[in-house]
Amino acid sequence: MKALLMHRDHDFDRQHELPFDAEALIQDLELNTLFNAMACGDRFLFEVAKVAVLSPSTDIDTIIYRQNILKDCLNNPSLVRNMYKIVIEAIESEKKNYWSIFVKHPEAILNRSVDVLGMLMGMLRKLRTVADEHAGKFGSAGFRAFFAMLQKDLDDEYFATVQNHLNYLKFHQGILIAAALGPGNKGTDYMLCRPPDRTPGWIERVFTRQPRYYTFTLDDRDEAGFRALAELRDRGLNPAADALARSADHILAFLAMLRAELAFYVGCLNLYDQLTAKTMPVSFPLPAPAGERRHSCRGLYDVGLALTMEEKVVPNDLSADGKRLVLITGANRGGKSTFLRSVGLAQLMMQCGMFVPAESFAANVCDGLFTHYQREEDPAMTSGKFDEELARMSAIVDHLRPGSLLLCNESFAATNEREGSEIAAQIVRALVEKGIKVFFVSHMYEFARGWYDRHMDYAVFLRAERQGDATRTFRIVEGEPLPTSFGRDLYDRIFVD
Amino acid sequence: MPFSILFPDTYEGPRETPEAPDFFGDLNLDQVVDGITAGRDQYGLKPFFHTSLAGIDAVRYRQEVFRDLENRGVRGPVETFSQAMAAMRERLAQAEKLRYRYQKEAWFVDAVAVYGEAVAALARDLQSTDVASRGLAAFRAHITSYARSAAFTSLWRELQELQTALSTVRYCLLIKGKHIRVRKYESETDYSADVAQTFAKFRQGAVKSYRVNFPDWPQMNHVEAAVLDLVAKLYPDVFAWLDEYCEKHRDFLDETVARFDREIQFYLAYLEYIGTAGRAGLPFCYPQVSVASKAIHSRDGFDLALAEKLVAANVPVVVNDFHLQGRERILVVTGPNQGGKTTFARAFGQLHFLAAMGCPVPGREARLFLFDRLFTHFGTEEDMENLRGKLEDDLVRIHRILRRATPGSIIIMNEIFTSTTLEDAVFLGKEVMNRIMALDALCVCVTFIDELSSLSEKTVSMVGTVQPENPTVRTFKIIRKAADGLSYAVSIAEKYRLTYESLKGRLNP
Repeated sequence: MKALLMHRDHDFDRQHELPFDAEALIQDLELNTLFNAMACGDRFLFEVAKVAVLSPSTDIDTIIYRQNILKDCLNNPSLVRNMYKIVIEAIESEKKNYWSIFVKHPEAILNRSVDVLGMLMGMLRKLRTVADEHAGKFGSAGFRAFFAMLQKDLDDEYFATVQNHLNYLKFHQGILIAAALGPGNKGTDYMLCRPPDRTPGWIERVFTRQPRYYTFTLDDRDEAGFRALAELRDRGLNPAADALARSADHILAFLAMLRAELAFYVGCLNLYDQLTAKTMPVSFPLPAPAGERRHSCRGLYDVGLALTMEEKVVPNDLSADGKRLVLITGANRGGKSTFLRSVGLAQLMMQCGMFVPAESFAANVCDGLFTHYQREEDPAMTSGKFDEELARMSAIVDHLRPGSLLLCNESFAATNEREGSEIAAQIVRALVEKGIKVFFVSHMYEFARGWYDRHMDYAVFLRAERQGDATRTFRIVEGEPLPTSFGRDLYDRIFVD
Repeated sequence: MPFSILFPDTYEGPRETPEAPDFFGDLNLDQVVDGITAGRDQYGLKPFFHTSLAGIDAVRYRQEVFRDLENRGVRGPVETFSQAMAAMRERLAQAEKLRYRYQKEAWFVDAVAVYGEAVAALARDLQSTDVASRGLAAFRAHITSYARSAAFTSLWRELQELQTALSTVRYCLLIKGKHIRVRKYESETDYSADVAQTFAKFRQGAVKSYRVNFPDWPQMNHVEAAVLDLVAKLYPDVFAWLDEYCEKHRDFLDETVARFDREIQFYLAYLEYIGTAGRAGLPFCYPQVSVASKAIHSRDGFDLALAEKLVAANVPVVVNDFHLQGRERILVVTGPNQGGKTTFARAFGQLHFLAAMGCPVPGREARLFLFDRLFTHFGTEEDMENLRGKLEDDLVRIHRILRRATPGSIIIMNEIFTSTTLEDAVFLGKEVMNRIMALDALCVCVTFIDELSSLSEKTVSMVGTVQPENPTVRTFKIIRKAADGLSYAVSIAEKYRLTYESLKGRLNP
């Protein structure tokens, strides 16, 4: 049994290896703000959101599959949250109400497992009841398959069979064990025997049929003997106890998987609630195949900023279909970094099947998202700053593939502009020619101008908008690079005296 | 004497020496022998490794066996055999320790089974291999006829029948309260499989196992023993046969086979030990040994104890040559500290001792002297507390060595007289050297006193070298050339531009 709410045909991998630059992505795109909004203080939700967002899918079918499930969730939030609660209750109940298996006694393991399985069956029955009563309200392929599975695999007959086993395993009539002679003539290959039939008195029949048997009875005061007898029972029950405890673990693993997959959608519900409370729009994006070059949106905003700022954030539009290079220049503190971050966030959210913070958003999926930001300070720095930048870029290049998306923020600015421009130009040129899409925020005029003058039709040029009176709108608009950045403005504003 | 794989029939020298020779510590042979015998304590091999052979024939006898065993086709079966014999002894020991009769008997039967298989396999395998050594050829003849003997074949055949009978015994237990009922097994099936099947639909990949590993110590508790007694009542014929077999074959072990099993470990242990260095590309060879000629030589030899450590740490091992010809008897080794001089001296001693045990020695080729006694005197530079006491102690010990040494002895001296004035050291050094030269014994002398290297035609000077371009780097190569202690100091000075010429140039305004 599998929940299959994240992938059509396989489990969500909670241990999925994060991209090599996960730390950089979290830092540069301020992903923790997003994760925290999805988690609402719950560590488990946080971890699931983190893995899901940082494991972007390039498979459009998977993205749409999740989008449809998420739409069902947005339509039935309380049912989804209720199922999530049942699953958690089952998992927590196993942890809290039964001592953990540290003992080395199969008989004890067996007794515990019988109890735990009884409890789990009750919880599974509750889930099936949800399916029985509400399946009709869900339209997505994912949820429909999930509910159908619950109804088929967990029918009443199945619950009865399980109960039968659990009853026999209390051994009211004694334990029947087979054995052979092992090394040193000690008993070996102990095996718990299947009862031949369950009518009363079967044990007696089993033995009276035999021509010969011998009985050994322990003296009531023989404490060592009773310990030895317990060990003999343990040996006989060992495989059955193992099978039962594993079965309980398998059911718990199923529930844990279901919990993780539901947790992703619960996280999305949490985020949705917060954004709608701020009347920020969200929409389901249109993913395009990796081979296409699409990047168009209206009203794109930085979800992190929207969640933390009191006032409304400034949304941006972009139309960069067919482009491979987006060069953003202009005033310091003019919203360039925010814009770059919103591009990265929307890309990750789209590729994990979420809605995106925009009125509309369409982009090709990318095979790997990378960020190369100028680092303010690097405590582990052993070489020069420019050195460090190039080393970091080299590490990224090791992982780049055609179809990757690279976001550069003031890269190679740690040296003089001529050198930085030259290096940046050479790197960017190689990358875009190799099919990598690059968003590059830079105040290096020479670098930006060089591209502009070449009239490359795969490049688009954006600028932080500045109105005549030098106030910033934080809006990013199309426009050719201008020879100066606006540090002067900033200086004038800050050094007002 | 009964047959031995370690000594030819006529050998008359000492065969085992419980105590390690005095020079073992100085030459690090204690480490080597510890390494060789590690994991083989049960065989008590050290007394063999403490004993050098008297006579070239005995050395050759062992070299022949070593050569045979270097052939995988011979060594493989012998190793398998000795592992089986160890397993057999464990079972016998276990049978001794146990309390319940049917248990003791089961372990005894197991031991016989292991022994029987081991003997049959070794006899068969040796039959189809080429052995050239006198020792292994004689043993092959013995084990072949033993394996065909009526005593062995009946022991073996009956055992297999008995084991088959025991393996058919199966029974069922019904445990309820304080009662256990025992009866024969009646094709019952496994219930835990039913359980697993019922829950199979939830299977999510690997989960941890809850199977408890019961300590399978060999002892039984009295409940198990009581059950076993009842099982014996269910199968009376099988258990009566078991009793009878054990009684009949109490002394099944062949004496020559048992001795071979111990003594062959000498060879296996040594080959295993040098195998590590061998796989790292270090050469070993069978030395020619002589009691007549003191013209010795070795090419690419090395210190076995050090090599073992360096190979483990993946550090390359530096090999060295030496030779003596004509009237040359004494290697005088000088050169920078930490330059490999002591290692060279140790290697010289190790090579001679290992050769005298009949073992292959480090190096590409070697001709070595079969000494009557080997002496070492390794001084230390530390103990400066009591100079006079130390010097006195040095002299007492050297005196004792010289009194016992003969022209057929080897003497290795390392950093002697370091704890005295140079004048004393030169004087004493010359005195001691003169005595050794007069004795005509072979000697290695590691010293800081250059003068000792050119005392006469009997001395050969060897020097530890450094990299010409960077004199602080030692090559650990010890080569035959005139001692020139100053050149090292001069080259260091040049590196720091502190020679006379350099200083003149630097001090010019």
